[in-house]
Amino acid sequence: MGAGHAHRLYRHARSPVHALPPHTKLTAVLCFVLVVVSTPREAVWAFAVYALLLASVAYAARVPPAFWLKRLLIEVPFVAFALLLPFVAQGERTGVLGLSLSVEGLWGAWNVLAKGTLGVAASVLLAATTELRDLLLGLQRLRLPPLLVQIASFMVRYGDVVTDEMRRMRVARESRGFEARGVRHWGVLAKSAGALFIRSYERGERVHLAMVSRGYTGTMPVIDEVTASRAQWTYALALPLTALAVCLLGWTLT
Amino acid sequence: MDPHVTTTRPAPPSLEVAGLAYAYPDGHQALFGVDLSIARGERVALLGPNGAGKTTLVLHLNGILTAGAGTVTVAGLPLGKRHLAEIRRKVGIVFQDPDDQLFMPTVREDVAFGPAAAGVRGPELEARVLKALGRVGMAAYADRPPHHLSFGQRRRVAVATVLAMEPEILVLDEPSSNLDPASRRELADILRSLDVTVLMVTHDLPYALELCPRALILSDGVIAADGPTGELLADKDLMSGHRLELPFGFDPKTAAREG
Amino acid sequence: MHVPDGFINAPVSAAAGALAAGAIAVCLRGARREQAALSPAGAVADGGERTAPLAGLVAAFIFAVQMLNFPVAAGTSGHLLGGALAAILVGPCTGVLCVAVVLLMQGLLFADGGLTALGVNVLVMAVVTTVVGYAVFRGLVKVLPRGRRSVTAAAFTAALVSVPAAAAAFTLVYAVGGTTDVPLGKVATAMIGVHVLIGVGEAAITALTVGAVIAVRPDLVYGARGLTVPLKLRVGGELVDAPAAPATRAAPAASASPARSHRTLWAAGLLASLVLAGFVSFYASTDPDGLEKVAADKGFDKGEKEHAAADSPLADYGVGDIADTRLSGGLAGVIGVGVTVVAGSAVFWAVRRRRTGGDDGPASTAVEGTPTPRAVGAEPAPRAEPAPRAEPAPRTQPAEDA
Repeated sequence: MGAGHAHRLYRHARSPVHALPPHTKLTAVLCFVLVVVSTPREAVWAFAVYALLLASVAYAARVPPAFWLKRLLIEVPFVAFALLLPFVAQGERTGVLGLSLSVEGLWGAWNVLAKGTLGVAASVLLAATTELRDLLLGLQRLRLPPLLVQIASFMVRYGDVVTDEMRRMRVARESRGFEARGVRHWGVLAKSAGALFIRSYERGERVHLAMVSRGYTGTMPVIDEVTASRAQWTYALALPLTALAVCLLGWTLT
Repeated sequence: MDPHVTTTRPAPPSLEVAGLAYAYPDGHQALFGVDLSIARGERVALLGPNGAGKTTLVLHLNGILTAGAGTVTVAGLPLGKRHLAEIRRKVGIVFQDPDDQLFMPTVREDVAFGPAAAGVRGPELEARVLKALGRVGMAAYADRPPHHLSFGQRRRVAVATVLAMEPEILVLDEPSSNLDPASRRELADILRSLDVTVLMVTHDLPYALELCPRALILSDGVIAADGPTGELLADKDLMSGHRLELPFGFDPKTAAREG
Repeated sequence: MHVPDGFINAPVSAAAGALAAGAIAVCLRGARREQAALSPAGAVADGGERTAPLAGLVAAFIFAVQMLNFPVAAGTSGHLLGGALAAILVGPCTGVLCVAVVLLMQGLLFADGGLTALGVNVLVMAVVTTVVGYAVFRGLVKVLPRGRRSVTAAAFTAALVSVPAAAAAFTLVYAVGGTTDVPLGKVATAMIGVHVLIGVGEAAITALTVGAVIAVRPDLVYGARGLTVPLKLRVGGELVDAPAAPATRAAPAASASPARSHRTLWAAGLLASLVLAGFVSFYASTDPDGLEKVAADKGFDKGEKEHAAADSPLADYGVGDIADTRLSGGLAGVIGVGVTVVAGSAVFWAVRRRRTGGDDGPASTAVEGTPTPRAVGAEPAPRAEPAPRAEPAPRTQPAEDA
């Protein structure tokens, strides 16, 4: 969990992409990913175009490639999974370097890799250019149920607090010479988890009291609202619309 | 017992508590009949050892806990469902842990929360927020997330969140806990500069003496003493009888004269 | 365990998204009820407005506790997924919301789990684990003799069943909308096999944690309310009855009708048996065969090193591998069968005991009857998640709270 405003993937900069209202960015990324997922996997060139599109957004957002690529590592587990598909999938098989691989599996691996990578890349770009607070405002603006937004915003506000508490408990355990080494230490760890739950829950109760004391009755007063001009929408939606054109082209050409 | 019949003065006391008793759901009883009255504009310290029921009493003052028996009256309004919103606006509670109090993503939104919940909007809301932050000297931090602030700054913002609601009475739960000497002094200056009624719940006796002319001692769930702070603190038997101890080397008589 | 984009095709992802949205809508309403039921004594408001701060803090707790490593052996470790735990501690609807919010924020902030796959992720990891876990838990709590030990045992079983149930749900979604034609039997075997193991770890941790909470604040465990005495107040030396209204968190729980608790019992029992029967048939129908099984396992449980930033607390977010896949394959079968037998006999024993003894289990909750079946209905859409993000131990011992 990031520190309130600046979460871990966020990269502070002044760029046209940073300046876009959050709900336009959220919409754009979601549509873009949807388009990517709907693209036929045989249209290999289309995925190259998508990657180029994202790269140009990253350039406009002043997100350095190294930063961006490093964050892509999150999908390593799926790369591993994708690499297995050629071995386990059914259907016609082909020989590559003496291995018998499934053609269907190879396509499947390509499909998962390409779409998964593009999805992660788009999400990373969104996270890198949008502050946490704005993200929540964007979700609120996109009509996510208010209760859900409230829960998310409390989670964001107190994520660090709870994580810190957990860290302090670990330090306390370790300074008394305890080190969890195996299953037989689970009891102690679980006690910490239980204590952490109680602390979190009680803090929730106290937060609620503090809210009620200031007149909370179940709905958050609207303090900030984000708005987007037509130009900003156009700018944000340029990405998914271009992608959609590519996707349609992909369907017609294959 | 119906105390507020007898108190028909032009300005009703900011706070009046009569016969208040309360037990927690687990059966532990914290309050055993508390009576107290605080006139408008007074600064009063509520002293007591840990576990005396101080925080429990505070939670009754704006109806978060409902008395098992007894009454609470704020500025002439009896506490009850009918006046609840009004009373919550009038009684501003600053809780002990500012992390509990500052639940919004930024300082500005947090200070705005109370007035916004009361229906204030737009430029008026903005003005209230800036004014409240200005009174605690935190206006420059409006757009910061609360947990980027130091503990002392967070406590000052917590005071601002309550001031923004323009309360009749400000209730502070252990305001000096965890503060370094400088933040402690800054907070004292701020509190002295406010023109609201203050009820300060604390076991920090020098702080009470510094800020509050009058003090109450809450012990075992009842008010055990009520009088000028300096006199109470100088009464050694009273103090030791209620587990209250002055810091080493602190003499209330000389301190009061200097103050 | 988070599904990335491109794993499930677009129409099924969208359908899953719609179902997840529906389930969340139901839970939004249910969560208010749950938190109102947990509302403390003396609160003036009905308590429904407590939902946001409490669920928010619980979500933060789930998020944090997923980083707590439970060492298994030889440098491997696992961590809690938390669905069943959340359901038992704060109620199924609130639990769903908490886990769903954690997933949403992980997707948006850490690019963990694809955005188009969010619906699938929510269905599988938030809805299925929580609802199945809670149904099993309540069913067992009702039939087992009253007491702390029973609650712990019920928590163990609930968590144990919830994880493979999620795996089964994933498999189901994959069967409908998977983008690659993989032999389904193999997917199911690998997924469920691995997840039974994870489930054992999850179960031990969940049971221990619930045990720890119950030892200190039994009133905070939503799934085990109903153990409080009426209040007495002493004013000036006299005892006075406290007003009835604030009479504790447990009050609403105590008033539920026995008829409903019967029905819930049967629904829960039936559900548990169905889920368990599902495992057995999976094992019966597909014989895990050597190489491919190993391969699948390896792919399926690469839960680690998700996060690039090594300095962040997320560095240890997911951890450890299942060391020996061959072992896990074999064990999975044994454990699966063992669990079925144990749970089956437990249900039988409990039902018989109930009939003869006639002793009622803890009071049922006012809430559970309705949301549970509804949310279960939402389950058909789920879909697959490949990598368990961390896996608890192949070895485990039953919960005993210390």
